[in-house]
Amino acid sequence: MNYNDTIIALATPSGAGAIAVIRLSGKDAIRLASESFKSVRGKALQDQVTHTIHLGHILDDTRVIDEVLVSIFKNPKSYTGEDVIEISCHGSQYIQQEIIQLFLRKGCRMADAGEFTLRAFLNGKLDLSQAEAVADLISSDNEASHQIAMQQMRGGFSSEIAKLREELLNFASLIELELDFAEEDVAFADRTQFRELITRITFVLKRLIDSFAVGNVIKNGIPVAIVGEPNVGKSTLLNALLNEERAIVSDIAGTTRDTIEDELSIGGIGFRFIDTAGIRDTTDVVEGLGIKKTFEKIEQSQVVVFLFDGTELHTEAAIKACRIEIEKVKNKYPLKPMVIIVNKVDKLSEDTIALLQSVIPDVHLLSAKSGLGVESLKTKLLDFVNTGALRNNETIVTNTRHYDALLKAFEEIQKVQHGLDTELSSDLMAIDIREALYHFGVITGQVTNDELLGNIFANFCIGK
Amino acid sequence: MFDKVYDVIVVGAGHAGSEAAASAANMGSSTLLITMNLQNIAQMSCNPAMGGIAKGQIVREIDALGGYSGIVSDTSAIQFKMLNKSKGPAMWSPRVQSDRMRFAEDWRLMLEQTPNLDFYQDMVSGLIIEDNKIAGVKTSLGISVRAKSVVLTNGTFLNGLIHIGDKNFGGGRAGERAATGITEQLVDLGFQSGRMKTGTPPRVDGRSLDYSKMIEQPGDISPEKFSYSDVTKPLTKQRSCHMTYTSNLVHDLLREGFDRSPMFNGRIKSLGPRYCPSIEDKINRFADKDRHQLFIEPEGWNTCEVYVNGFSTSLPEDVQFKALRSVVGFENVKFFRPGYAIEYDYFPPTQLKHTLETKLVDGLYFAGQINGTTGYEEAASQGLMAGINASLKVQERDEFILKRNEAYIGVLIDDLITKGTEEPYRMFTSRAEYRTLLRQDNADFRLTPKGFEIGLASEKRLRRMEEKQNKAVEFVQFFKDLSVKPDVINPILEAKESAVVNQSGKLFKVFARPNIEMDDVRKIEEVEHYISEHNLDREIIEQTEIQVKYAGYIEKEKNNADKLTRLEDIKIPANYDYSQIKSMSFEAREKLKKIQPTSISQASRISGVSPNDISVLLVYMGR
Repeated sequence: MNYNDTIIALATPSGAGAIAVIRLSGKDAIRLASESFKSVRGKALQDQVTHTIHLGHILDDTRVIDEVLVSIFKNPKSYTGEDVIEISCHGSQYIQQEIIQLFLRKGCRMADAGEFTLRAFLNGKLDLSQAEAVADLISSDNEASHQIAMQQMRGGFSSEIAKLREELLNFASLIELELDFAEEDVAFADRTQFRELITRITFVLKRLIDSFAVGNVIKNGIPVAIVGEPNVGKSTLLNALLNEERAIVSDIAGTTRDTIEDELSIGGIGFRFIDTAGIRDTTDVVEGLGIKKTFEKIEQSQVVVFLFDGTELHTEAAIKACRIEIEKVKNKYPLKPMVIIVNKVDKLSEDTIALLQSVIPDVHLLSAKSGLGVESLKTKLLDFVNTGALRNNETIVTNTRHYDALLKAFEEIQKVQHGLDTELSSDLMAIDIREALYHFGVITGQVTNDELLGNIFANFCIGK
Repeated sequence: MFDKVYDVIVVGAGHAGSEAAASAANMGSSTLLITMNLQNIAQMSCNPAMGGIAKGQIVREIDALGGYSGIVSDTSAIQFKMLNKSKGPAMWSPRVQSDRMRFAEDWRLMLEQTPNLDFYQDMVSGLIIEDNKIAGVKTSLGISVRAKSVVLTNGTFLNGLIHIGDKNFGGGRAGERAATGITEQLVDLGFQSGRMKTGTPPRVDGRSLDYSKMIEQPGDISPEKFSYSDVTKPLTKQRSCHMTYTSNLVHDLLREGFDRSPMFNGRIKSLGPRYCPSIEDKINRFADKDRHQLFIEPEGWNTCEVYVNGFSTSLPEDVQFKALRSVVGFENVKFFRPGYAIEYDYFPPTQLKHTLETKLVDGLYFAGQINGTTGYEEAASQGLMAGINASLKVQERDEFILKRNEAYIGVLIDDLITKGTEEPYRMFTSRAEYRTLLRQDNADFRLTPKGFEIGLASEKRLRRMEEKQNKAVEFVQFFKDLSVKPDVINPILEAKESAVVNQSGKLFKVFARPNIEMDDVRKIEEVEHYISEHNLDREIIEQTEIQVKYAGYIEKEKNNADKLTRLEDIKIPANYDYSQIKSMSFEAREKLKKIQPTSISQASRISGVSPNDISVLLVYMGR
């Protein structure tokens, strides 16, 4: 691998936009940029101080490609720790490509996936946890996951573990001391204090492990299954939820023809709405397959939303049929949070509403059209998510590798606890302590292990 | 006088030199052992004991490889103790009190019976080096002896300076001359040298002590031994040690001499071992402790000389005497000789390869205190490894390196050459990452096959080891196969307050419970029958018990050790240019350049090289 050359890549998303940023990093970045840049004020780039911005033109020989702003970051005070040039050009794909092609001809190399961040890591600008957080930050598309990634990038989470690790290490040392000097008159490691530490570590580990569930859904969006017939007004509902917030909408084709996922942000939390077919009893083979699929989707979801068209529920029999359907799911997943929505209530008589409320007591009445019940639905959805940790600005674990290490550390700490309870010989307990320390180290980067690195850099499709 | 070119010359005949000479000669190399005084071979210059925590394991390892220290420790023992028996088996550590004179005598006799080994008494004052290759040694009498390799084991003799109070004089040991010339020559060649300090307590007349005022410390009721071979037998009678304490009065008397202490008035500048402090150091650093333990150790079966362990000091002899007279039991003490401190030259061991060969001079090996270690066992094991590797090199065979998960000896050498040492290096079990694998009971399993392969351990040793191993494996299997009924096992479980069983099950499972021991399961008729039928001795029974009871932990450590091996397998090319890795800290680059680690694993153990640096290095190594 060669890190002596200068790399280039588009730093903003590909495609057309108002502006685009092209980034160069490496020892020749400033020289190469200055060769193709003509400042409006006639300044030579290589003579400029770091962290300055300059207006001018990118020239291919004598041909002007674009009017641009060039930012200079000199090593080591740059993202990668190398000399970095950022060219803000106009956002057309043609211009972007022309500029990149120009620098490739001049001797730059197209950056590999994640190479800017890799270089930042190699130059000691980021530790492993931070580098991973960059990946999360770039892919985060809602407020909450952004917040977590930022927190992790600032080192908040690994420093908490590092502190515990150090305390544990101190105790491990005391235990080693009494083992190696068993014949001598040494003070023994205070078992009461040690128990206290183990309890504290257990508490923190538990909290972090639990936070993973929260963190993970925040990062990926909370999956919500919408159960309802095709014509009950799902898109109207989603649009109603959407109208209130400026949210991201991305249509991701589901794994099957009949599941569509809509992702939107409510109160800063990402929700992934998964459309499913209903689960009405049927003898039709195709629909039967659909029901099986629906249950699979419900299984994968954190929240189930039943959606019924109120205008179809005039008779008690129809309402009871709904209830049977709901109970089928309730019986199968008694712990799954559920919202039962009857839409189009603006078109219902008061009697029908009263009937609905008596047969299905926890019904949520909604009119997507008038906006009735939309706000309270949002509150309901948010309440299902344990966002306590988020609101308190506590640490949340989102990284699978960290989660895995925390679980393993937790397991070892429980063994230490058991060892303390059964008065296990301290040399054997030391093995469990060392293991726990090892797993802590996986998080803080205080162990080195080739697999660890392999894993991280394999997921390094970031920073470009 | 010497026309012959020796394969190996060993300079010095302490614990390192004696093992080096024995291993080289036993591996078929023509060997010459040169020492300043042939009457003083294998002297115990400090306390009359071998083994102890971590050190006992090393003696077992030396023995398993075919060295002599274990055998001599057995034949000269006057007391045996298995320390730490209440802990897990990794902590069990054999230790003997030795007859100091017999120890040296037995060593000399064993060396005399070793083939290929010549002796010569003289002081080596220089090395013959041609084209950065060792070619022999020069002595103070002007004699040159040529050799293909040289092992230096100079102990505390290189420019040794003895301190007692405000007096100091040159010497390698009380009553012996210092050696000069070698340090200066090596420094001229580009070696780095440093000074270290160690100390020793007074020796006193046992007839002047009142043992009735002390606590007796007898040996084990059923003593074991060091050597895996059958040439030695466990002790049938033993001598006791005694314990007493210092007091505030003793401390006050010692403090009166502090102004004349070379430790405190700046005359001694070099570092001594923190974990083996002098008595003045102890009372100075732990001022709140009103007493310290003293162990009173007999120097042999018949001699009345006694060693006052714990009272190492370089205070003036009158202060030593006055203070010791105030110790309980020492009211009428008579001195044989006062304690003293000694400063000597050493060579930071980061200048060595894993074979203990110097990086600068081909064919030159260092072992023992010259490398900054302390302790007979540490010295002996280095001597053994240097002797083996010098022989292998002369015979143009592959080098012999023990890994950290294979032996304490491997941990010792890897630590020395990778991290160096600022104070005299002593082995601890905590220095080993995988101590559960490095037990005193299995050193033969770990190392005898290797010792046999290089031609040091005899075939007889190997067969003995194999028999022990097979018998233990079969006995473990027996426990896995034997089914016991509740009415047989439950009374045993109840007696131990362990949960009873409802149905028949394999005995192995019950035996693996934490508080169930071999003695408990032996109450079952079939077990006792198996033992007598297969004629199992104590060693095999104990081995089996360890393999059943600690199987989980042993397995876990093995898995962990495999992680290490993977990093061990990522090799760094020789003379790798670290200056190109700008992303590493300057300190890390300098350290790596100096140590020249052979693998990523070794690099990760260098102080000043951070995990981040290692991650960077991994990337550069193509991982």
